[in-house]
Amino acid sequence: MDFLISGTHISPIYLVVVGFIIGLLGGFFGVGGSFLAGPALFAMGMPMNFVVGTDLTHIVGKSIVSAKKHRALGNVDIKLGALMVVGTIAGVEAGAQLIQQLKRKANVDQVVGVCFIIVLVSISSFMAWESWKRLQIRRRREISNPVAARKRALDLKADDSAFAHIARRIHRIKLPPMVRLRESGIERISLWAILLVAFVGGFFSGFLGGGAGYIRMPSMVYFLGIPTHIAVGTDLFEIMISASYGTLTHAIKGNVDILVALVMHTGAAIGAQIGATATSYFAGPRIRLFFVPLPLIGAAIIVYGLITGGHHSR
Amino acid sequence: MDAKSRDSLISILIEVVVYAALVLAYFFLVLHFLGGWLLDIYQRDKRIYAVLALFLIVCQGVVLETLTTALLKWIRSKLD
Repeated sequence: MDFLISGTHISPIYLVVVGFIIGLLGGFFGVGGSFLAGPALFAMGMPMNFVVGTDLTHIVGKSIVSAKKHRALGNVDIKLGALMVVGTIAGVEAGAQLIQQLKRKANVDQVVGVCFIIVLVSISSFMAWESWKRLQIRRRREISNPVAARKRALDLKADDSAFAHIARRIHRIKLPPMVRLRESGIERISLWAILLVAFVGGFFSGFLGGGAGYIRMPSMVYFLGIPTHIAVGTDLFEIMISASYGTLTHAIKGNVDILVALVMHTGAAIGAQIGATATSYFAGPRIRLFFVPLPLIGAAIIVYGLITGGHHSR
Repeated sequence: MDAKSRDSLISILIEVVVYAALVLAYFFLVLHFLGGWLLDIYQRDKRIYAVLALFLIVCQGVVLETLTTALLKWIRSKLD
């Protein structure tokens, strides 16, 4: 099929399949999936400026499906999501400014590529270690007190992380204004802590491209103490708003092929439904453990791009 | 595999098949007619194109979400 806006020829079946895989991962892990969608479009000969803009547009549609599904499952904290949007947009602008500075001074592709690899491998290693540790503690609990452990295991949303003490310490910071996040089960937390986490996520989004859910979702769990299911749903809600902003700015610059995004989204819509439903069958630490290979796939794609001299997703 | 998981898997598979047929019809009917019109707007006014692009993806997101949810509900009621 010819997509005249971007001047590319791509099979719609390929786009639907790519969309389906990304939708599945997005619905389950709360990530945009740019680290897979970008290279998949680029591989089909789409110009890089269209890759970035079109990917963001398809993320909007996919996030609506996943966020609505997660909302129905009670996994979206709207208040938290709305507060995070402010920090994210500021972070995106800061990240984009740093890119502009690097463009003038250094080889931006190599600097960004190496930073991306370090970030992705660090997140993956940390989450593997933490989730494994948490699952070991659960197993030990099951041996010492099987009745209580079974009761707790049935409640898949009763989440705990090996770094709960860090989140508790952050909750104790009394820097006004303090907010209450009823849906996340947090009585009092400084607004500045939420904005900082959102800013860092937004910064990586502006600096490395995509929605940066791979950094925001774990940060919400480990630093803000948000249960994994709610972190996944709220992250999608937040991505929906920030990606809409990105779509408008990129489309005005002529970087969006809406027909490619619409076709990709038909696959993503069903994938996102299945992915979001699947979260009901797994406990938080297990979802985090399944998340581990994703950043590594992204890192491998960038290593390949740097070795072959191609670009990754910018 | 327990009965609940088997039912979920069957309903998802049926949904994928029904959904694939609908998407195929969508490609041939809607995208074919939209293509030329969108290219024309893209070349004439990027601001209108930007608003239209966001509107289309949001509408498709809402419509497909409603469609997939309704399909899943209908298939589950048939299986029960």
